[in-house]
Amino acid sequence: MELSNDIKDRWHNSKVLLLAGSAGSFKLLFHAVKNLPADLNKTVIIIIHRKKNFFSEIEKLFAENSRMYLREISDKDRIDSNTIYIAPANYHTLVENEKQFSLDVSEAVWYSKPSIDVTFESAADVFKDKCTAVLLSGANQDGAEGLLKLRNNGSLTIVQDPADAEMKDMPAAAINIDAADYVLSSNQIFQLLQV
Amino acid sequence: MINESTDTQGLTPVEIDELVNVVKKIHGFDFSGYSKASLKRRITRIMQLKKLEFYDLKHLLINDAAFFQHFLEEVTVNVTEMFRDPLFYKALNAQVLPYLSTFQHVKIWSAGCSSGEEAYSLAILLREAGLHKKSFIYGTDINTEVLKEAKKGIYSLRKIKSYAENYQYCGLPGTITDHFTILYDAATVQAELKQNTLFSVHNLISDNVFNEFQMISCRNVFIYFESHLQEKILDLFYKSLCPLGFLCLGSKEAIRSDAFKRRFKTINSKENIYQKIGA
Repeated sequence: MELSNDIKDRWHNSKVLLLAGSAGSFKLLFHAVKNLPADLNKTVIIIIHRKKNFFSEIEKLFAENSRMYLREISDKDRIDSNTIYIAPANYHTLVENEKQFSLDVSEAVWYSKPSIDVTFESAADVFKDKCTAVLLSGANQDGAEGLLKLRNNGSLTIVQDPADAEMKDMPAAAINIDAADYVLSSNQIFQLLQV
Repeated sequence: MINESTDTQGLTPVEIDELVNVVKKIHGFDFSGYSKASLKRRITRIMQLKKLEFYDLKHLLINDAAFFQHFLEEVTVNVTEMFRDPLFYKALNAQVLPYLSTFQHVKIWSAGCSSGEEAYSLAILLREAGLHKKSFIYGTDINTEVLKEAKKGIYSLRKIKSYAENYQYCGLPGTITDHFTILYDAATVQAELKQNTLFSVHNLISDNVFNEFQMISCRNVFIYFESHLQEKILDLFYKSLCPLGFLCLGSKEAIRSDAFKRRFKTINSKENIYQKIGA
């Protein structure tokens, strides 16, 4: 299926790409990271639900396979272009302003810390129409409200087609509240990230 | 009153400034250097929970002292765990405690201690290292309500059991419940551990040096402050440490200011453990 000019234009106009998912999204995120070009000229922020004390090698694995500089977010980290940032476990990641992150240890949202909603909502305040957000497979409804706020603030919002997702709940929850500009298969999403 | 969240912007920066001003003028708490994104989220949460509009909130903050206490509790995040970030405690055990053991007395400050979980975790760590008898732990927070909890040292057994995994990852012997007296669902910190602790009110932004410490732990506090406030508090910590004393920030909170980087030596760059150098 051919991607519309509207979606391509808005993608090209974005300075920030938010990629978020939970159960069933790891492989997709890995594939996306692996194939993003080094000169994307955007900031990439990845929020994936993860367990605390699970000393995972996500950062290492992603960094080894990425053409862009990749790091786990620390408090007050500067937001740079052509960099992939990963939200750390057991913190919420907030966008403080166009150039800075901040972290927060408050209550889990939808049993999740990092919560996708928290990052999306603060990103919506700051990035507005300069942002593309992608919500992938997951087994709860985190991310839906945040995605709606992004959409209302002018961001391009994309949800993985539940029929295509390993776990349908998260994409379905976002579609149910009309938070998606576009519902795409994972292949179409990857196609967009390449243009 | 409009209760549906049709307004996608929520509180505006101007409105937040207005609330910050009211709180400063009437209650003497200065939130102006707080990280804006988090502050907005906390205030929005209170408004949603209490079903308040901006002007209702402002009115309550001006006229209702009891409400302000509640506001303070909600705005200052008090979520904490025992042995949060086990790798931090492991690093303390390996790199800091051997050094502290050479002092005759060890004074430790848990700054922003909330309901006391970190202070008691440190007490347990010191006990297991055989240093507890010569140590004293001061826990401080701006919030009087959470300090009451810290002083009691009583937690629900369910909660304590949820920290068992953290405890185990720290590599400490036995189980976490060994350090508590348990009665039905109440787990009380053992009297021996509580003995060498003191909890009191201290405002990191407006209060001053009150003692000299061999170690200060201030984790997941800096995240709520903008850079200039962080620097101000670093100065307070620097002045509160003995020569070669240790400063522990969280694994996600490094010293960013060049001036202070020069005054501290990095002991562990992952856990952000520093040692005061120079006088």
